[in-house]
Amino acid sequence: MATTSSGTAMVTLPTDEQILITREFDAPRHLVFEAWTTPELVKRWWNAKRGEMTVAEIDLRVGGKWRYAMVTEDGFEVAFHGEYREILPNERIVSTETYEGVPEGVSEEDATTVNTATFTEADGRTTVTILVQAPSKTSRDAIVESGMEAGLQDALDLLEEVAVSLR
Amino acid sequence: MARAATTADAFNAVAEPRRRRILDVLAGGERPVNDLVRVLGLAQPQVSKHLRVLREVGAVEVREHGRQRLYRLNGEALKPIHDWVKGYERSWSERFDELDSVLEDLKQEEERDGDDE
Repeated sequence: MATTSSGTAMVTLPTDEQILITREFDAPRHLVFEAWTTPELVKRWWNAKRGEMTVAEIDLRVGGKWRYAMVTEDGFEVAFHGEYREILPNERIVSTETYEGVPEGVSEEDATTVNTATFTEADGRTTVTILVQAPSKTSRDAIVESGMEAGLQDALDLLEEVAVSLR
Repeated sequence: MARAATTADAFNAVAEPRRRRILDVLAGGERPVNDLVRVLGLAQPQVSKHLRVLREVGAVEVREHGRQRLYRLNGEALKPIHDWVKGYERSWSERFDELDSVLEDLKQEEERDGDDE
């Protein structure tokens, strides 16, 4: 009953400019919301074990700013920031998200998405959906591509583990 | 024709919202073109045009059944798209696995604090 749900995130592409991420958690939504919006807690999960989270600033009010930064194991900083546009405690957060590492020539606008996180509870479990609205298909595709690199990196890490275990 | 080049891969084939809609409908099972016309609210020539593009990339297959032609989804052809999204999905899965353990701790804390609901 109290097992950790470890389901997988489901990602779909509803339109050319959107990404929809869905995942169910074995916890009531007020706890999911707490984990989502408390800096010390965000620092424990947002980095997904890919490095250390150095910054988690959250000014949770409409117009308030947020900024997350992590340093990957090879010393590379990855940072995002944005602004809260709508906050419905335990239900919904609408915020902007700007990736700080865009290549030269890409405008801030092109690197900014509007993300809507929704928390729905049923039988003590919470479904979280994140709808990422990108400014263009190119931008949306670039975001998905970034994940592809991460996926590839994981694969290489796994390969290394396997290789080491064979020594 | 230049058009062929732009529609000859799965990514372009599903870039069109109505073609995605067709795939959604076919995901529910094999359908004759009339069904698609009705569900999509488009004229038959248009539906046929979209079906042709989807067939070119192998996303949709067709077979004769009596006087009808039945269309069905071929998921294998959409695999490149699936693979592409998979990496991104994996980043989030890993992130959420960590969130699971944070939530487990929060639940235990709440129990300890005597919240016996």
